[in-house]
Amino acid sequence: MAISKILVVAESADGKVATSTLENLTAARATGATVEAIIAGDGAAEAAELGAFGASKVYATGDLGGSLLGVPVASAIAGLVAGGNAPDLILLAQTYDGRDIAGRLSVKLDKTVLTNGVGISVSGDSVVVEHAVFGGAKIVKASFTGSGPHIAMIRPKSFAAETGGGGAASVEIVPVPDSGATNGANVTQRHAEERIGPKLDEAAVVVSGGRGLGEASKYAMVEELAKLLNGAPGASRAIVDAGWVPYAYQVGQTGKTVKPEIYLAAGISGATQHMVGMKGAKNIIAINKDKEAPIFGIADLGIVGDVHKVLPKLIEALKARG
Amino acid sequence: MNVAVCVKQIPDPATPGSLDPSTHALVREGKLILDDSDAYGVEMALRLVEAAGGGEVTLVSMAPNSEQSGLRTGLAMGAHRAILVSDPALKGSDALATAKVLAAAIKRANPDLVITATESTDGYTGTTPVQIAELLGFPSVTFAKKVTITGSDVAVERQTEAGYDDVAVSLPALVTVTAGVVEVRYPSFKGIMAAKGKPLEELKISDLGIEASSVGWVGAGQKIDEVIAADARQAGEIIEDDGESHNKIISFLEQLKVI
Repeated sequence: MAISKILVVAESADGKVATSTLENLTAARATGATVEAIIAGDGAAEAAELGAFGASKVYATGDLGGSLLGVPVASAIAGLVAGGNAPDLILLAQTYDGRDIAGRLSVKLDKTVLTNGVGISVSGDSVVVEHAVFGGAKIVKASFTGSGPHIAMIRPKSFAAETGGGGAASVEIVPVPDSGATNGANVTQRHAEERIGPKLDEAAVVVSGGRGLGEASKYAMVEELAKLLNGAPGASRAIVDAGWVPYAYQVGQTGKTVKPEIYLAAGISGATQHMVGMKGAKNIIAINKDKEAPIFGIADLGIVGDVHKVLPKLIEALKARG
Repeated sequence: MNVAVCVKQIPDPATPGSLDPSTHALVREGKLILDDSDAYGVEMALRLVEAAGGGEVTLVSMAPNSEQSGLRTGLAMGAHRAILVSDPALKGSDALATAKVLAAAIKRANPDLVITATESTDGYTGTTPVQIAELLGFPSVTFAKKVTITGSDVAVERQTEAGYDDVAVSLPALVTVTAGVVEVRYPSFKGIMAAKGKPLEELKISDLGIEASSVGWVGAGQKIDEVIAADARQAGEIIEDDGESHNKIISFLEQLKVI
């Protein structure tokens, strides 16, 4: 059984397909398999973009009301599989909703999920998923042992999204089998957080702060520097755990993967958990008091010094330039 | 209200990890500690039970050996009892098998609410919590940054790409909490002493009606083919701050045409 059909679980916001979905479509297309997608909602606004990136067909769940996506989307996919329309491989992005869908689907199909993929290759009936360990120092290649459909989750930013130039995908509404009480979680209100400047995972410049800042109030320096460089502020897990900044700022294994042109790490030692999320940056600048800090092992420019001295001067110098 | 909290005992993340050369599995030997990510779940459970006016917090954990130190930490924080599924057959289990074992153990505690971290620090597949919810037939709300319970109504602020969503769900339910959501208490000396006397039930998979063939290496739906070194990144110029190093950063940024 070769891998002849891949189902990409698509995500979108306000009719715009998520970049992580486009990345997965690009990777799926590269295998030469037939690529289809499934999306929550009616799929009308997304069909053209999904088609352009390689999906020949889009299964749409129809309106799901306020339901969190995990249960209904997984039910719809399980329905497709049970109805004889099984893909050989199901690809999801390692996002908030992607994880919910993958976890539910894994149990419904009784299949394991390979997660945190940063690369995927298909040969014959074998699917190999690569994931990074030890801060990205090593790559583990793992494959599925049982029969398909296989389920794999890919970390955003693992591939470049490239259009394949295809026409709009055809849309087919699929039934969402009733899941009873398990589908009982509903969104009652959505809140968008005000953000000045670019999004963390899209910014060309990211300035991140860590425990070396000493106290929560000093994070303001990171925000100011990010603003001066038209970048986004980020954080190490240590200061998120400490409650200084929200989880949304976290760069690393348990947070976001970023690949900016420039990553400036201020007071971050470079725990493996952090490095895996930022070592793909084109240029890395690090400021840390400890010259043995692992971050200096991957920095293009490393300053062994106190962030409380270097950052204010850097901010002043940038301001002076206007 | 009774709450079950999944906790994992992991190697200290501060010490360098290694992979077993033959199985390629993460080496989990030596002293294990309570995963920091799970401490937030324990703290959240203790606060919710207190706010509900009573109930029990049960810690649920799985390990191939009889490791208990992490569970004792949670008990010292104030959890009432612990269930440890400890069986050599579990070595090599994938996330789905882990979820099946934990779900079976959680059922024994008959909780109204199950709390877990969003993912473990060492394995970080991030799928086990939702797999557990599906196995239990519970709704789930992941990535909670705030949880409030009134009667059987649970209100959660759930992290999203754009900000956060208010999510409503009824008990029984499973919630995963992000790190940093609550300030975790340190076990007091009294707590540490009390923990020694708290019930810690140790089970084998046969006690849960689970076949050895469905867990561990033999039951895993995945295998590791190969471990390779990633492209190494070379260190660049490292200088000591002499009071003028910010100029070095400025020139670097100029060179890259960022400023």
